[in-house]
Amino acid sequence: MTETVHDPARPVSAADGLAGKDIVFEANNVTKRYDMGAVAVNALRGVTLSIRASEFLVLLGPSGSGKSTLLNILGGLDVPTSGTVTYRGRDLSGADDATRTAYRRNHVGFVFQFYNLIPSLTARENVSLVTEIVRDPMPPKEALEIVGLGERMNHFPAQLSGGEQQRVAIARAISKRPDVLLCDEPTGALDISTGVVVLEAIERINRELGTATAVITHNAAVASIADRVVQLSDGLIVANRGNSEKIAARDLTW
Amino acid sequence: MQSLNRKLLRDLWRIKGQALAISLVIGVGVLMLIAYLSNFNSLRSTRDSYYERQRFGHVFASLKRAPLALSNRISAIPGVAQAETRVVVDVNLDVAGLAEPATGRLVSIPEHKREIVNDVVLVRGRYIEPGRSDEVIASKGFVDANGLNPGDTVRAILNGRRRDLEIVGVGLSPEYVYTIRPGELIPDNTRFGVFWMGRRALAAAFDMEGGFNDVSLLLRPGAQTEEVIQSLDELLRPYGGWGAIPRDLQLSHWSVQNELNGIQVAGVIIPMVFLGVAAFLLHVVLHRIVAVQREQIATLKALGYPQRSIALHYTYWALAISLTGTLLGTVCGGLLGRGLLSMYNEFFRFPVLEYQLDPAVVAAAVLVGIAAAVFGAHSSVRRAVRLQPAEAMRPEPPAVYAASIVERFGLKRLLSQPARIILRNIERQPLRSAITIGGVAMSLAVLIVGMFAIDSLDAMMDMEFRIAQRQDLQLTFTEPISPDGVYSLHRLPGTIMAEPMLSVPVRLRFGQRSRQLSIVGLTESPRLFRIVDVETLRPVDLAHDGLVLGERLAHVLGVQPGDLITAEVLIGNRPVQQLAVTSTVRQHMGLFAYMNIDAVRRLLKQDKTLSGGYLRVDAQALPAMFEAIKATPAIAGSGLKAAALQSFEETFAANMGIMIFFNVLFASIIAFGVVYNAARVSLAERSRELASLRVMGFTRKEISAILLGELGILTLLALPLGLLIGYGLASLLTKAMETELYAMPFSAVPSTYATCALTVLAATLVSGLIVRRKLDHLDLLEVLKAKE
Repeated sequence: MTETVHDPARPVSAADGLAGKDIVFEANNVTKRYDMGAVAVNALRGVTLSIRASEFLVLLGPSGSGKSTLLNILGGLDVPTSGTVTYRGRDLSGADDATRTAYRRNHVGFVFQFYNLIPSLTARENVSLVTEIVRDPMPPKEALEIVGLGERMNHFPAQLSGGEQQRVAIARAISKRPDVLLCDEPTGALDISTGVVVLEAIERINRELGTATAVITHNAAVASIADRVVQLSDGLIVANRGNSEKIAARDLTW
Repeated sequence: MQSLNRKLLRDLWRIKGQALAISLVIGVGVLMLIAYLSNFNSLRSTRDSYYERQRFGHVFASLKRAPLALSNRISAIPGVAQAETRVVVDVNLDVAGLAEPATGRLVSIPEHKREIVNDVVLVRGRYIEPGRSDEVIASKGFVDANGLNPGDTVRAILNGRRRDLEIVGVGLSPEYVYTIRPGELIPDNTRFGVFWMGRRALAAAFDMEGGFNDVSLLLRPGAQTEEVIQSLDELLRPYGGWGAIPRDLQLSHWSVQNELNGIQVAGVIIPMVFLGVAAFLLHVVLHRIVAVQREQIATLKALGYPQRSIALHYTYWALAISLTGTLLGTVCGGLLGRGLLSMYNEFFRFPVLEYQLDPAVVAAAVLVGIAAAVFGAHSSVRRAVRLQPAEAMRPEPPAVYAASIVERFGLKRLLSQPARIILRNIERQPLRSAITIGGVAMSLAVLIVGMFAIDSLDAMMDMEFRIAQRQDLQLTFTEPISPDGVYSLHRLPGTIMAEPMLSVPVRLRFGQRSRQLSIVGLTESPRLFRIVDVETLRPVDLAHDGLVLGERLAHVLGVQPGDLITAEVLIGNRPVQQLAVTSTVRQHMGLFAYMNIDAVRRLLKQDKTLSGGYLRVDAQALPAMFEAIKATPAIAGSGLKAAALQSFEETFAANMGIMIFFNVLFASIIAFGVVYNAARVSLAERSRELASLRVMGFTRKEISAILLGELGILTLLALPLGLLIGYGLASLLTKAMETELYAMPFSAVPSTYATCALTVLAATLVSGLIVRRKLDHLDLLEVLKAKE
């Protein structure tokens, strides 16, 4: 693994590797400030970053470093206080709620740390929740088979283990054939072996469907399965490096 | 969208107890709405088509006697479509199996059947045959009450001669939908009946050949009733006309109309209470749901569900609960409405009283149900829509608590730790606490509204028949008789005490307003038939020459004590005189004017006459008394107080039990719905906290005390409020339902308040116990493990 400290102010260029691929996201000098009553929190303090098609990106950093905020902004769940974000050339930073909703619906697959399944719906129904509202989805069954849950699709979340629940969440995210898959601490609530299974599923989708994937983690070991690793600290990118020694998820240990 | 709907159904199933409790509250509201308004519609449309079919008159007039030739001039009044002249007489009846004499109203009908104004509907038997002078058609109410049949005879005293009248048919008339003897307050079908008799036979018996003493007019559409009445009065004045009245003041019609107004008022006000409470319950429950599903909402938004879908999803929650209730209420309302209508069948006589549930009423119920749902869901839906997904993904920050007021007042040391939890919790969510208090208070209020009517009726009857009227028997003479009549009263067998009465029909006029009624002349301070003010409970004496008016009459005429009003006497020489109103007296029922009997005599310029009297009778001698009355042609009618009371109680007692049952049931549903929901929401929110306390070693009893203690405190706070609201609502309803005929006194006795409060407490307790069972089964590990 080569460590090259990256200047956070400099946009990532084609020279950083994976040359020739389309740029999916471009974030330019993005800041985000939350007003929490008396105190203001600067979650992002000027982040510049690009993500390319088919790229597997890992966002690394301690809690409070701004990873989730960045992911939420890329996913259209939130808007930056200043700076611009574009998705395939389209501006997200100034988009209204309806535009961002349509963007999420048509392009983004989300996976959250706590799975966020609807407890009153079965695995298959949780996936249907998405396939019912998008153009050209894959059948829920197929999505569940990709994550290895074809057999358990009629189970309710409460009847599934944490890892299984997270795989349902992944199936739900990929069933729309998203252009980007955004995962916020997908293994945060899981033990090693379960976490590896979940990461394998994500890895497989990235590899087989060519979906640009960004995974947030505070676990540095996970970084070794990425094409590129971006490290955040205190709202700034402190490192942005290509990973030449990418390993398969099943070989991970932590 | 299917998955979202599936989620909705499963989520609803999880809170089925709470959802059902709210559905029931809405259901009761809708039930009342449907039952009342469908009855309103059924009665009104039955009445209207009945009137139309039987040509019920628009104008009615009585007079002493006019030649038949006058009827052409009456028909010629502009606007008159048909004029029906009749002979109408009240007589004494001797009914087999009835000791006391009954009163029969004989109404003439043509010998050969033709279409007349106020046409009789023959329900059984046949029409009278021409030339058979003793045949009559009897009113159905009377026939039923006395177990008579066509072929039976009734003995009547016609102008002093006993005659056996053969009942050949049983009939009904739009004129007597509500059949009550004039001057009486409650209908008594056993002792008052209408008999339709051939014109020639009736006229012959009362020296009315070639004449008439009653006329009804059917008007053309668009005719000016007031002008017709004026013309008619002018024509009848020389013939002793008592002044014509429009249909609106016709006794039967007016009673039906008053009842219709009452149904309509009750059918709007009472359901609103239930639906209002239900809307608040929906608010509380949905608020909780949206809080619990914060992350689910965020997830749906992250998945790309638009705001509209989220808004609809939570609106559907409320709608599903509300429409379940509406459906339930509509079905039960239809059934109850049908039952209620058959109850009306006992008071109002229609040939067929058909129940109809108008689609418009159902539509109104559904709309109101939807309105309650939307109103209740409104703020929660807004919260769901406004939720920022990025923010909502994070767990909600811990609720902000503060020391409660009681503690801040330095009483902290007096409170145990659990007591502090209770107080802080109540204070932290003032709105929810207020809703719980308000809801329980409303349940109590509804109960009081239902129950006070029974007390009021009791008070009214007590006032009229036990406090004010202390006679046993009231007699009226066919015509005012000479002074020795008083002695004849004393001579009746069994008379212990007798008081004379002289009633004179007048038209009282003050400015533009006027009313026809009888001034009742009584002795200076009557001891039997007393005029008692219902508020001061003091009898009013008639020392002065002026008029004492019932307060409602004073109000109708717009007069105050000290005013001079014009009294136009409608009999004899028809003197017109200015009379001073000396005082007003508050009474529950009727429009009355009283005057000293000597003043009435001076008004009539007739010395020492009387038209009736009040008697106290030795109970042992009653049979002899009745015989004597039946044998006395001069006595036109007699009213036995005990009989009137008995008939009243028979009619009402049966309905009373049903009424109480439903009142208690409906009020309990509100109380249960409110408390159960409040408890379940509290339990859901705080199961973690309560489980933690259990883990620390608190017993089940102790944690129940925390949860149920809060509800207990809220319920206790709600009771006085509920008493106040109930009081207010009941007096509002009394006011709204007040008619010219009666003003229900607002009089709930303390024991009723206590019973109502205890009923609500019991309903609260039951819901508390149900929640307590849930609490006992709290799975500590599960609760603590779950991520809130």
